[in-house]
Amino acid sequence: MPVKPKIALYWCSSCGGCDESVIDLSEDLLALSMGVDIVFWPLAMDGRRKDLEALSDGEMALSLINGAVRMHEQAHMVMLLRRKSKLVFAHGTCAHLGGIVGLGNFHSVQALLTRSFVEVPTVKNPDGILPGGPGEGSGKEPKLSGFFDKVMTLDQVIDVDAYVPGCPPPPELLGEAIGAVLEGRLQERGFVFGDRKALCHTCPRRDSYPERIGVKKFKRVHETEWDSKKCFLPQGVICLGPATRGGCGSRCIQANMPCRGCFGPLDNMEDHGAAMLSFLASMIDADRENEVRRITDSIPDPGGLFYRYSAPRSILGAGKRTET
Amino acid sequence: MTRRIVIDPVTRLEGHGKIEICLDIEGQVDHAFFQVPEFRAFEKFCEGRAAEEMPTLTQKICGVCPTAHHIASVKALDDLFKVEPTEAAKKIRELMHTAFIYEDHLLHFFYLGGPDLFMASNDKGFGRNIFGVIGKLGKKIGKKVIEIRKRVRGLNALISGSPLYPVCGLPGGVSKPISEEERAGIKEIARDALAFARLCLNIFEEEVLANRGYLDLMHSEAYSLQTYYMGMVDRKNHVSFYDGEIRIVDPDGAEFEKFAAVDYLNHLEERVDAWSYMKTLYLKSVGWHGLHDGKGSGLYRVGPLARLNASDGMATPLAQQEYERMFDACGGKPAHNTLVYHWARLVEVLFAAERMSEIACHDDLTDPAIRNMPTQLPHEGVGACEAPRGTLIHHYETNEEAIIQKLNLLVATQNNAGAISLSVEKAARAFIKGGNVSEIALSRIEMAYRAYDPCLACATH
Repeated sequence: MPVKPKIALYWCSSCGGCDESVIDLSEDLLALSMGVDIVFWPLAMDGRRKDLEALSDGEMALSLINGAVRMHEQAHMVMLLRRKSKLVFAHGTCAHLGGIVGLGNFHSVQALLTRSFVEVPTVKNPDGILPGGPGEGSGKEPKLSGFFDKVMTLDQVIDVDAYVPGCPPPPELLGEAIGAVLEGRLQERGFVFGDRKALCHTCPRRDSYPERIGVKKFKRVHETEWDSKKCFLPQGVICLGPATRGGCGSRCIQANMPCRGCFGPLDNMEDHGAAMLSFLASMIDADRENEVRRITDSIPDPGGLFYRYSAPRSILGAGKRTET
Repeated sequence: MTRRIVIDPVTRLEGHGKIEICLDIEGQVDHAFFQVPEFRAFEKFCEGRAAEEMPTLTQKICGVCPTAHHIASVKALDDLFKVEPTEAAKKIRELMHTAFIYEDHLLHFFYLGGPDLFMASNDKGFGRNIFGVIGKLGKKIGKKVIEIRKRVRGLNALISGSPLYPVCGLPGGVSKPISEEERAGIKEIARDALAFARLCLNIFEEEVLANRGYLDLMHSEAYSLQTYYMGMVDRKNHVSFYDGEIRIVDPDGAEFEKFAAVDYLNHLEERVDAWSYMKTLYLKSVGWHGLHDGKGSGLYRVGPLARLNASDGMATPLAQQEYERMFDACGGKPAHNTLVYHWARLVEVLFAAERMSEIACHDDLTDPAIRNMPTQLPHEGVGACEAPRGTLIHHYETNEEAIIQKLNLLVATQNNAGAISLSVEKAARAFIKGGNVSEIALSRIEMAYRAYDPCLACATH
């Protein structure tokens, strides 16, 4: 009997949604389990770090790693997985671009800790104890992993062979990526699964996309009503579809809400947020500078909106490797 | 010589965790620690964000219970803008939330915690997982589990765009109505979900309650904690997932406190430990007195068993029958054994299915009026609901432009943090004797936290 290829599924700084999308493979997950040997998957299977360490280098065919790299321990784990695997895929937006946890890159580590562990109104912490710092106790407490100054994408820590975008990637896309490995038809290194074109090309509202859009004011979703059959942009509601890779099945649009960009930039774009900003600039219907400023000021929190999923991959909040 | 036993990582739960057990020179358990080595800081990096984005931002705290965050967040926005959702919107949100709890509880019963119930406790390694469960219960049931979860998640995709991350919540409503044609499909799914919920309770009866060894564990002192319990209830003090007041009962089952979510600061407090990123909640009026159970300790529990303990019953007939049967078998209410969480979870699965059917038939569900527009200037809002793993509270403060200035999040598993640590330590003391650390002992220690269905990404957010 031929030996089944070994694979691992691991998470770093993540929410577990990418692992849920593996479970959402549904009956295909059972089929997958027949064809491969899942040697490590903390969400759903028992297995320890030492089991992983006991494997030979390169013994696994594939590691699918989701989540950004925030903690020192996560960096150690992904380096271990890299060593044990022939291929490593960044699974989902956080591993690919940094994800929502990457919004932490707009703050110092100290500010993040202080808010959560000292300032929030429910916390009673008069001595200002912070995790990882000195605290009361018996001295037998376990050591705690520290974290990096910045949230990093997976490829800012280890080499990545391909990317499966999306928050989370649709199960079909994940199935396609795993199938590509098992059937030996992986594209070039660095390949990003999903469409080659922007979401607008497959959007169910594409027929209402006008030749020219002129916007006098950007409207916020809680203070406006829109036509649920027509493109969001001419209605003044920001949708990140024009700058975002397609392949998600237009799931937010199907619920009558605009795209927020989780599939990330297209192949030829370096900075997702900057691409979207320049697209929006072309939509502004104004001649005078103060008029342009009034319209751009109607966009609340542009940093959080345009870099929602990609701050660590951007000019603004790039993650940078720091030694542990 | 003293020893440290490390379980790294803990498995079949959401998020990162490890257990360290210190043995003294006699080989007896001195201390056990349940540590969560992850932290993302939503309470900081959501500052400065547009309030209306919070339901889709904060749900990324957890990919296992995103719908609960979406619901708590959108309810906080209702309160922030002082806008009452339309009746249709309330029904659509509750349907989505209830359907989510249904499928998420099934995820735990068959994929995560359930394998502890079905597999012999000396099964090592890869036996205790969904594939092993299907091997034990048969492919027919396995396929049914997969199919019903897929259909119920499909229902939520229909309502909210994605089976995983809903995007439909807006202050005062939702973004998309439900048509009569869609209602017919929803009714069908709810009917089949109800039939499957009943089958799950039969499976529990035949495979778990008929197992003497498991029953002994379920009634054993090793897994028992006498704590306070907290859960959301409706006007009749029945379990409620979407809306209601928060009720706390004491370890004897007597009502201790009952409050509206907006008053949470008067009732709950958090403690910080330097050795974990998980903050521990406790009852403010009792105070923190260390990791102990009993009336004098502010430790309390949330989640399925706690909700049933903190309520006077279930709002639907079949779930009420199962509620009574469960407490009869446990010697009355409250039930303190942690392993009873698995049973309580299935009673809630049945309740969720019955409630889905009720909502699916309600006239308001297909009313096209799905939004009331906010008219008030925002300032502060609190929203709460029951997540599958316990009570969830979101609290936002904004400026007049509805930009978040401060937020505070009390997330389900945090409420259980102290109890989980204590349960792990108690199980470790019961199963490790004289330095003998067997695989069975370790698996039984892991059963102590897994029954809670902890979500550690939530707990640290």
